[in-house]
Amino acid sequence: MIPLSGYLILSGILFVCGVLGFLIKRNIITIFMSIELMLNGVNLSFVAFAAQRHALSGQVFVFFVMVVAAAEAAVGLAIIIAVYRTRETLNVDRVNLLKL
Amino acid sequence: MLHLILFLFFGAVCVAGAVNLLLQSHPINSALSLIVVMASLAVEYLLLGAEFVAAVQVIVYAGAIMVLFLITIMLLNAGAEERTKGSRAATLLGVPGVIIGGVLIAWTLLHRSDLPTVSLGALKGDPSSIARLLFHDFLLPFEVTSVLILIAIMGAVVLVSRPEVIARGSRKDGQ
Repeated sequence: MIPLSGYLILSGILFVCGVLGFLIKRNIITIFMSIELMLNGVNLSFVAFAAQRHALSGQVFVFFVMVVAAAEAAVGLAIIIAVYRTRETLNVDRVNLLKL
Repeated sequence: MLHLILFLFFGAVCVAGAVNLLLQSHPINSALSLIVVMASLAVEYLLLGAEFVAAVQVIVYAGAIMVLFLITIMLLNAGAEERTKGSRAATLLGVPGVIIGGVLIAWTLLHRSDLPTVSLGALKGDPSSIARLLFHDFLLPFEVTSVLILIAIMGAVVLVSRPEVIARGSRKDGQ
């Protein structure tokens, strides 16, 4: 038997690590991976609450989060490739103009 | 007891992977530690009785999405990240703020004594009951997400295709 707060604290740690990576990382791909880490933390709390409330719909919402994450990864990585083609850098501090 | 040991072990692996993601400067090392995080999260899902979610986590997250990330890193030949002035300011302001936020979350959770415990296999997340829910109660959101995926595919193709290549191709068609 594990208290629900154990799962929620693990999910909070993952989310906080994601926020921290989003703030301190300068590589655009690593920033993207930090967003995935935040989504994973939220997924864990969804599944933990589903187990606690005996409601299976919490697990269904995890699938929707995964679908959004997959779509986001596809479009986001395409944008990263397009940015790299025009600027030839992956550092977000050097990508500061909308139009070249 | 075994349940608790498994939870603590894979929770520690998960946190170690997340911290390693932050400490590594090369994106490919960060991507590999993110795979470790996702695989140990799949074990945590199994402990919560969510079998199908655990399988999908390994297949979709650790499989499909991370392969996409690794291919992009290799395609762009991304090197170690360079530190700039802006990132130092973000570190100075971001780290204390995030630590305060994390401590607040943990404090709130630990001081709520009425939170119940979760036992192994309390809720069966087998594919048949999930499918009944997904194709019956959540049918409209399910169909809408299929449209979302289609738009994402088309957006990715349009974004990575070079405009001059498309123009050359249409000119060739015209001749």
